[in-house]
Amino acid sequence: MRTLPRRLGVAIIVAAIVAILSIKLNAFRDYQIAEIAVEVTAVAGLTVLTGVSGQISLGNGAFMAIGAYATALLLIHLGWPFYVVLVVAAAVTAVTGAVVGIAAARLRGPYLAGATLMLGVALPSIAYVYPATFGGDQGLNVIFNVPSFLGVNFPLTRWQAWVSTLVALIVLVLLANLDRSRIGRNWRAVRDNDVAAALDGINVAAARVRAFVVSATSAGVAGALLAIVTGLVAPGAFTITLSIALLTGAVIGGLGSLPGALWGSLVIVLVPTYVTDVATGHGLSSSVGSNIPIVAYGVVLILVMLVFPQGIQGGLRRLIGAFLGPDPKSRTWRHAPAPHVTPSAGQAPASQHEKEGTPHE
Amino acid sequence: MNKPHRLRWQAAAIMTVAALGVAACSSSSSSSSSPNSSSSSNAALTASAPGITPTTITIGSHQPLTGPAAPGYSEIAPASNAYFQYVNAHGGIYGRKIIYKYLNDAYDPTTTASVVRQLVLQDNIYALFNGLGTPTHLAVVGFLNSEKVPDVFVASGCDCWNQPSTYPETFGWQLDYISEGKILGQYIAQHFKGKKVAFFYQDDEFGMDGVKGLSYEIPSSMVVSKQSYVDTNVNIAPQVAALRASGAQVVVAFSIPAFTALLKLDSLKLGFNPTLVVSDVGSDPITLSGLLESFAKQGGATVNGNQLTNGIITDEYLPALSTTDSWYNLFVKIHNQYDAKEPLDGNFFYGMSVAYTFVQAMLNAGRNPTRADLVSTIEKGLPQGPMVAPFAYSSSNHLGVTGAYIGTIQNGVVVQQGSVLTTDTTATGPVSTYTGSEQQAPVSGIPSPSS
Repeated sequence: MRTLPRRLGVAIIVAAIVAILSIKLNAFRDYQIAEIAVEVTAVAGLTVLTGVSGQISLGNGAFMAIGAYATALLLIHLGWPFYVVLVVAAAVTAVTGAVVGIAAARLRGPYLAGATLMLGVALPSIAYVYPATFGGDQGLNVIFNVPSFLGVNFPLTRWQAWVSTLVALIVLVLLANLDRSRIGRNWRAVRDNDVAAALDGINVAAARVRAFVVSATSAGVAGALLAIVTGLVAPGAFTITLSIALLTGAVIGGLGSLPGALWGSLVIVLVPTYVTDVATGHGLSSSVGSNIPIVAYGVVLILVMLVFPQGIQGGLRRLIGAFLGPDPKSRTWRHAPAPHVTPSAGQAPASQHEKEGTPHE
Repeated sequence: MNKPHRLRWQAAAIMTVAALGVAACSSSSSSSSSPNSSSSSNAALTASAPGITPTTITIGSHQPLTGPAAPGYSEIAPASNAYFQYVNAHGGIYGRKIIYKYLNDAYDPTTTASVVRQLVLQDNIYALFNGLGTPTHLAVVGFLNSEKVPDVFVASGCDCWNQPSTYPETFGWQLDYISEGKILGQYIAQHFKGKKVAFFYQDDEFGMDGVKGLSYEIPSSMVVSKQSYVDTNVNIAPQVAALRASGAQVVVAFSIPAFTALLKLDSLKLGFNPTLVVSDVGSDPITLSGLLESFAKQGGATVNGNQLTNGIITDEYLPALSTTDSWYNLFVKIHNQYDAKEPLDGNFFYGMSVAYTFVQAMLNAGRNPTRADLVSTIEKGLPQGPMVAPFAYSSSNHLGVTGAYIGTIQNGVVVQQGSVLTTDTTATGPVSTYTGSEQQAPVSGIPSPSS
């Protein structure tokens, strides 16, 4: 495994750069670094699920909610250290992911999208049903402080940025290794042709469930980070908009690509702030002016998809490829099939639908 | 294999772009310092606190400019801003101009957490002013207090803002929902004796506080049903069917405008026509009538909004929108000059009034105020200004106005019924008639320092 040390190297370099940036930039930029790290963690899990294993999920926001509420409840009631809480929260979402995955492995395309959509809409509402436990609409307040060895003047936002980035990088390294392992190869085989995969001796259903568990766990970890970054876990934060934003990030960045998860997260975190700054106050009526950022965001998304149909990472790879000349060995087999598992999975080749009900299901 | 080669490229690309991306964002816009003649000066104007320069005072807010809470409420911040522009054009606050930066949180607490950190950590605001919404503001109240940022005149009637020992920086402004529930509850108990009453409320602090206040005054034997909704689900047909099945003759709604409109339309569909009593938050006639018409249009029907709002009973802590009122005339004048694109409704009045209270507090805080000065000056109490009842501010009370009058909607305007009533948030505190009188708007349109 020569790739592992290399990935660790890249991760350490990125960590060093983030550390330097977080000291150089103001506290709000630190907060945005933390937000991006949260987003990357969740989007990376989803991009593996959708881009590599070929399943769609509109419910990853719900897994984030599970991770976030688990974190809040453990911190409030048991007061464990955060790294322990993080592991437990990840385990809780992994179990939930397995249960959902077992059901999801039987569904395809729009049916899978529908089932996960239901999860994304319904699950956060549980907080309204049990306000005594989950704090209802007000949510739960999470206290997360800078450890004492850093001194009293160490900014909280910088510490949040460090913790989130570290966790995000660990998740990314693990996902990258998984992606390159036998498990990742099996996912691609299942994605491209499940009958052929089954004939090769791959347990198709198990591979699908595994992908769901991995994706849900990443989302759970992201939820745990979100809890300590915003300091509040409330159902209003986990609406269906969040799940869709995650999918947007994965598609914009480039489905199935982990660097793409970073590009996608940068777009969904930074673009709305930029366009808001541009749009405020030009003598427009509030109903027009306040919707301009949303329109601008939509235009950015459309432009990116027009210019880079394979997402930002796909576009970058093409640009770099144009400079370095063709690189047939590594490009063609690994990434080419990604485009036909776009969100409208209903348009997947008909042959895939006809083959439902193979011996493994 | 040229795999290592490619990975290195990717790594290099990631790092470069990430560094550029974040570095580019850090070049924030510096505050524009505009020359301004300082009026009758005794002490030099200094940068006495974060967000205050010799020429400007920067304040910020989080507002639902889009999303479920936007209809109506998105007009509040532009109205406040119009009043600040008026003050700026007439000498400012001891010569300083107010810069009001309000950001959209779309009523989503995560976004609120993010935009408020932007305002405090990057834009360096002096105070957070009129942050709108209970669930949204709860996401930042702890942060604002730990950063010692004055958190003044929250646009929410949750009594949770009144915790001077935990949240010393935070002040409410509008009538709290418990008091409001008590005032409406007393009216219902007196005027609908023996009728069947049902509650329809938002399933959060807002709705539950309101129901708490109602229950202090309405005997439980009168209450036949309690139905709640969440603001993310617009299908309230099941709740309305349950209200109808309960045989309620009076329905009391603690709902935001969009859901008051849905309640009315869904009731209409079922041929259910109870007397509607709606809390101030969800009863602005102009907003309601617009929503009724646009919702009905989406459903393929045409209705007359004004006709449908006729007869709704509500409460108001601001004067009626009438040309005989000095505040209304003042605010309309400012509206026409600075905010003419927005409708003349209760939200505009609210935005102007809360901005007036803020200017009053800033003038009281002195020429070179610190953040602590603003907090201590509000704790000394403020004149009621446009409000119909006095404020309760003291070092042990951070709630806002203490009373309101009952009104009915007639042809798109709230018409006052009876006198102003005041009360408190306790179960036993009486609802009593306020004997003081309303203040008149100053001719200059700007308050004078009161302490």
